[in-house]
Amino acid sequence: MTAAESWSWRRPSVIPGFGMTFGFALTYLSLIVLIPLAALIVRSTSLGWTEFWHLALDARTVAALRTSFGSALAAAIVNCVFGLVLAWVLVRYRFPGKRLIDSMIDLPFALPTAVAGIALSTLYAPNDWIGALLAPYGIKIAYTPASIVVALVFIGLPFVVRTVEPVLADLDRELEEAAATLGAGRLQTVLRVVLPQLVPALLTGFALALARGIGEYGSIVFIAGNIPFVSEIAPLLIVIRLEEFNYPAATAVASVMLMISFAMLLAINLIQAWSRRRFGHVV
Amino acid sequence: MSSERRHRPVASATTESTPLRVTLIAVALVFFALFLLLPLLLVFTEALRAGLAGYVKAITEPDALAAIRLTLTVAAIAVPANMIFGIAAAWAIAKFDFKGKSFVITLIDLPFSVSPVISGLVYVLLFGAQGYFGPWLSAHNVEIIFALPGIVLATMFVTFPFVARELIPLMQQQGTGDEEAALSLGASGFKTFLYVTLPNAKWALLYGVLLCNARAMGEFGAVAVVSGKIRGVTNTMPLHVEILYNEYAFTAAFAVASLLALLALFTLAVKALLEWRYGDQLAASNGRH
Amino acid sequence: MEIRIRNVRKEFERYPALHGVSLDIHSGELIALLGPSGSGKTTLLRLIAGLEWPTEGSIFFGEDDASSMNVQERNIGFVFQSYALFKHMTVADNIGFGLRVRPRGARPPSAEIRRRASELLDLVQLSGLESRFPAQLSGGQRQRVALARALAIEPRVLLLDEPFGALDAKVRRELRQWLRELHDKTGHTTVFVTHDQEEALELADRVVVMSQGRIEQVGTPDEIYDRPNSPFVFSFIGETSELPASVADGRVSIDGQSVDIGVAGVADGAARLLMRPNGIDVVEERPGTIAGDVIAVRRSGGWRRVELLIGAGRHRVEVELPVDATQNLTGRLHILPRHWQLYPAVALSQASLGASLPATE
Repeated sequence: MTAAESWSWRRPSVIPGFGMTFGFALTYLSLIVLIPLAALIVRSTSLGWTEFWHLALDARTVAALRTSFGSALAAAIVNCVFGLVLAWVLVRYRFPGKRLIDSMIDLPFALPTAVAGIALSTLYAPNDWIGALLAPYGIKIAYTPASIVVALVFIGLPFVVRTVEPVLADLDRELEEAAATLGAGRLQTVLRVVLPQLVPALLTGFALALARGIGEYGSIVFIAGNIPFVSEIAPLLIVIRLEEFNYPAATAVASVMLMISFAMLLAINLIQAWSRRRFGHVV
Repeated sequence: MSSERRHRPVASATTESTPLRVTLIAVALVFFALFLLLPLLLVFTEALRAGLAGYVKAITEPDALAAIRLTLTVAAIAVPANMIFGIAAAWAIAKFDFKGKSFVITLIDLPFSVSPVISGLVYVLLFGAQGYFGPWLSAHNVEIIFALPGIVLATMFVTFPFVARELIPLMQQQGTGDEEAALSLGASGFKTFLYVTLPNAKWALLYGVLLCNARAMGEFGAVAVVSGKIRGVTNTMPLHVEILYNEYAFTAAFAVASLLALLALFTLAVKALLEWRYGDQLAASNGRH
Repeated sequence: MEIRIRNVRKEFERYPALHGVSLDIHSGELIALLGPSGSGKTTLLRLIAGLEWPTEGSIFFGEDDASSMNVQERNIGFVFQSYALFKHMTVADNIGFGLRVRPRGARPPSAEIRRRASELLDLVQLSGLESRFPAQLSGGQRQRVALARALAIEPRVLLLDEPFGALDAKVRRELRQWLRELHDKTGHTTVFVTHDQEEALELADRVVVMSQGRIEQVGTPDEIYDRPNSPFVFSFIGETSELPASVADGRVSIDGQSVDIGVAGVADGAARLLMRPNGIDVVEERPGTIAGDVIAVRRSGGWRRVELLIGAGRHRVEVELPVDATQNLTGRLHILPRHWQLYPAVALSQASLGASLPATE
């Protein structure tokens, strides 16, 4: 038995190995994740307050952050709508190919972002596949901000589908029957009884897709055209600053993005805490 | 038939009317085809544009082979490392009660919420020429950034949570009853793990390793920052795809990309198989990857 | 309101759940559908509600054929076994739901809906819990909220699916009492499903015993308990001991020994004698009694239970005696049933049962 057994912050247990596994896990976590992230924070604080904000509020940086955030927001909203429809159809209806589609939903998780990037870029380029269909109508997607949204819809879709699906599947059918016996029509039942129960799951999926979208890099750089102030995203700006060996600027942008990530993480945890209080389960 | 019709005059209480149902299915299918199926089809179509011979040539060209080799090497180091971490973390977190547990779980999940570019950047800040350890490393002739160690580290960072994420909820759900029984029967701690805990969690472990591997082989942003993209030396497959694409060697780019797409499809197929066959032995964790 | 069920058959994917059931439910009556799981009782309740459609047959609400009405139009109050309370709504919003979803013209103003919700909460004795969420209520409280919600739409009939199934024994007993009082106060036609015979007998005006998709017997609790028309009903309704018997020349005999009970219209041949532990007397040895060997005597609450093995077949019979019974409860004992039923031993089809109704002493 190690000394860890007697620490008061841990409930005593007959199972051995806590000290070793916990020690190893914490060391590895610190080396791979915590210390490197801390290095970023230390580096940005060493810039000094004024220098940091000067770099972080640089016009091009702000534009890039706005592009990243705005596109991620738009894509997350699109995904909420279509992700809900997909989840609904996959959980509630029976149709041929359903199982295949359900397993393919995770494709954006499994497909490397660079592959997705070049595929979407080719798909929407003005003289190719979909791009060629849209070009006669004057609709351009590739190399415009719209293309970023398209890429992020691809990247974020599984988040919404996969968070809504289990909640929808576990939803007690008796609730809908109860609403019907009380005289509610189908639309009223869906709007007043079903959707409110999906709200925490939808919000979680939305927040996850948003968080992923803000930080996304690989799938966007091929399709966006990367024009400063128009379709340049924040992660790309970090890469550009690094290639210019402008470490302070790269650090400043990265720190702002890290803060956004932490805020998103907090938001997701709050949604889950709220859901647990109200609905008695986690999404 | 007539009595049948008489008794179905109105819609069922808990489903939508047929036209609405068909419409929703159609919307879902079109969205699915447009956003998921079409890009995948495109990868293979474009890859084979120069015929099978051109395809084989593109993936057997020395730089492509070097990229494949590097990608496999990186995965072979990063995945087992994260697997061992995942098992250790899951054991400590799921089988014991201690304060701050949920905080530790949040820390483990952290890499999921960080932009891949930042995951690479942090290592540049530590080990790069201008980094904290940069001068010391160059004085001792140790290369981390723009070399294999940097790529491995960045990959480890982004794939860090995968195995732990699958194991922790499952092992928490399984509780400690089996382990206590094994210990009471005289098994050692290690034997208990090997013969009781591991068999209970093996499918979830495989599932996590699978997802971890897919991401490790496919990671782009983090690796792009630390690799330096030296052809044939520090180029992983996704980076090689990028270089070919930017050189307008589209068919070759898609040929290498198709290998990664096949890996993705293989991952999805095994994942679907695991969920279908052993769904009850995987934790109810949802799409966070 | 009166409900008439006519030859209703229901199949789920070819699996028959109900075979041609007919039943009249009188206005203002409290009726129990009693049966083991799989007997079709919940299916029948859901058919009345309009949550399922019969494969054949019809259901009339008063003079109206309910087949043409969907669940929303039937105006029934349904209390689900799991209560199906809307978790994201307060108690008051749950109760007012049925009023708020009415079309604009028929919808009471929201102040009126609130007032009605409070009134109903008073009725179910939960005053002041308007703004609680279901997760903050106990099981018994949830049950009453579900009932108040069903009553809010002023239903023509109240349907309850295993209303006390999810509650612990003590709460169950209290709520049973309370539901009976509430029914007497409001006078709703009420149908409830239960698998608990004690609950059905105590609560209902009439009990419908069901088995394997058929109605076995309909009657008042007294009729069901005292004159069960089949071995199934007899054994489902209470504790039962059974002995094989035979009838010849107007005499009943067990193991070849004649027993002093009437044949009660059962034809000559093999028969089944069914008794309850509390309907058997221990008597002096004499001809016409049943002899058995005591194998165990146990104390059970205010009673003493004697277990006997009877005859060459060593059939087990339980007898319940007062604790202060003076008999010597060892060795060989002689018994005679006070309340019993004799049924022909042939495998009876349910339809032919009515013709050979056995009599009681």
